[in-house]
Amino acid sequence: MHLLDAVPLINALILGLSIASIWLIAALGLTIIYGTVGVINMAHGEFIMVGAYTSYALQSSIGLPFLLCLPASFAVVALVGLVIERGLIRYLYNRPLDTLLATWGVSLVLMQGVRLIFGSDPKYIAVPQIFQDNLAFGPFGLSVFRLVVIAITAAVVAATAWLFYRTRFGMQVRAVMQNKEMAASFGIDADRVYMITFAIGAGLAGLAGSLFGVLAIVLPTMGTAYVVQAFLVVVVGGGSLVGSVAAAGLTGELQSVFALFSNDTFARFLLYVLIVVFLRFRPRGLFAVAKARR
Amino acid sequence: MAAAAVAAPHLWLPTTREAWGATLKKGEPIKVGLLFSLTGQLAVPEEDSTLVMQYAIDEINKNGGIAGHQIQPVIIDAKSDFNVYSEKAKELILREKVIAIFGCYTSASRKAILPVVMSQNSLLYYPTCYEGAECTQNTICTGPLANQHSKDLIPYMVKNFGKKVFFVGSNYVWPKESNKNAKIWLQNAGGELVGEEYIPLGSSEFGPVLGKIRDTKPNFIFSTVVGASDIAFHKQFKQEGFKVDAMPIASLTTGEIETKAMGAEFGAGHFLSAPYFQSLDNPTNHKFVESFLKSKYGKNGSTHYNMEETYLSAYVFKAGLEAALNKTGNIEEVTSRMIRDVSGGVKVDDSISPEGLIWIDSDNFNTWLKPKIGQCQADGSFKIVAEAKEQVAPDPYSIYPNLGKCTATGLVAPDGKARKNVI
Repeated sequence: MHLLDAVPLINALILGLSIASIWLIAALGLTIIYGTVGVINMAHGEFIMVGAYTSYALQSSIGLPFLLCLPASFAVVALVGLVIERGLIRYLYNRPLDTLLATWGVSLVLMQGVRLIFGSDPKYIAVPQIFQDNLAFGPFGLSVFRLVVIAITAAVVAATAWLFYRTRFGMQVRAVMQNKEMAASFGIDADRVYMITFAIGAGLAGLAGSLFGVLAIVLPTMGTAYVVQAFLVVVVGGGSLVGSVAAAGLTGELQSVFALFSNDTFARFLLYVLIVVFLRFRPRGLFAVAKARR
Repeated sequence: MAAAAVAAPHLWLPTTREAWGATLKKGEPIKVGLLFSLTGQLAVPEEDSTLVMQYAIDEINKNGGIAGHQIQPVIIDAKSDFNVYSEKAKELILREKVIAIFGCYTSASRKAILPVVMSQNSLLYYPTCYEGAECTQNTICTGPLANQHSKDLIPYMVKNFGKKVFFVGSNYVWPKESNKNAKIWLQNAGGELVGEEYIPLGSSEFGPVLGKIRDTKPNFIFSTVVGASDIAFHKQFKQEGFKVDAMPIASLTTGEIETKAMGAEFGAGHFLSAPYFQSLDNPTNHKFVESFLKSKYGKNGSTHYNMEETYLSAYVFKAGLEAALNKTGNIEEVTSRMIRDVSGGVKVDDSISPEGLIWIDSDNFNTWLKPKIGQCQADGSFKIVAEAKEQVAPDPYSIYPNLGKCTATGLVAPDGKARKNVI
């Protein structure tokens, strides 16, 4: 193949990386909460939405620069997650169907609460001028903001991996994941592990939200657009961190390449069909976590 | 004995008209339904529709109502759910006995409630742009049809920016039908279509489409992307390094709300075709903008085409009801269908209509209006760069001449056969 013919394909692959990073950062919080705590968090999309509104509120009220809004929205949504975990989720750990309903209820409450406070008109997050440009190397290019999203996703994945695989807390988490009762008998406070993990998962969703607010729009209903993709990544990946990374990479690239050869709508259709077929043969995902069923 | 047997169960048979559907009574307020979504995905445009209808009704009531009768709105939240639309439409007509419903924003919700509206011979004011290809005896539309909407926009863009155009739309009926019209205008203007893409509703990923646009190098983009996607599209357009002066987006949807939501720097330089802009420079519009924004309904801070078309529908209703009253002389004899039948040709003149004189077509009951082209400025307001010389006729079947011509009594096919209630 002549190099020039490959340009659109290479551009599509670069773009696929960007799509993958968006899907991954949307799914990261969900992965942690599902993979560790075992809760299917239907309010994940609304955590993303609350993150976006946190950035908007901090920016429009006290003029916080965008890059500081990111950790701030992590902190605020982690706090929201903490309150919800302490107030509701912890009473439901042994009732997976009830958590499904309860978190769905939480999502409605969050959506309507935000609507009552901020109104239902779309909001706007400003970013530095430098993020509004395109970076080109010859025929290849990507927008600066997409690069920022890729970089932040990579950093957050690295930090999460470090936390769960290189720290004492991470070891406790993995112990609780494998067998809660046994871990408890060794003196690990499983309740505390769940609480912190849930808060971190929520915080990561908040961080993703402030990025999505820039890429797209800030609305009370914005979360629903991302939550399907996030669940997809988690299910295809099997619920582990490495699984989610691989699943997001694969689905993002496929989406981008299919869209190059057909169109966006058909690409999505094809992707979902492939995922259904894939799950038929590997129902527990790419990297199934060996763990005791709770 | 026999008399007692008959009297005891007290059989009640509806002998008056009031038992069936809507009625107006002397000295009682005129009930109308406002059927828009206040929550869910559609809340962004439809909340504004509800607010502006309340404003219009207050304004009419303050000025003496209609023939001395006050209008009383029954406000419903349709929750962005098409089942709720049709359920509530039924409730509005049968239980609340409203004389007319003002409602819907999407074609899907309109199609969901039309069967109910038609079977009860009620009346729907559909106050926004749509694709046409409908001919019912129970609808009046105050927004532009597909054949009016892009008629001037496409030649204007071809003349000022070049022949090559890329069509981007949301993946549903209105963009696709609009683009069929736009292709005819494009052909007449000597333009060339270099690509056509549809994005799933609600999607916010425009990377692949922008990649194709980069490769095909059009002179301008024609967009029928709606809602949150539209905002993502404009943002990513700029973030991906596209320059608005080299390749502007000509849109049928990106108005004042969208521009505010994306931030004016992302909207500046792009074009919109609409019958109304907040910046229209005429005394009626100045008054409308000022008093609406000052009123308790102006909390969202702007006026835009969809809002103004909704505002007009209240006055089209007023004019229609007055015409019906002139005919019967007795408000208790006025029915929904009668209002619709006498609405053909009713005018809302430029002392009331912020967009200027409009009138209702007496065949298809859509609106004669002047589409205008605005260019978004750095502060988010629109500068009018072109305006149709005269009102353009609405034609719901412009691209389907084989199906026939919409008349007041039904769709008349080329072979002379007439069909009623075509949706």
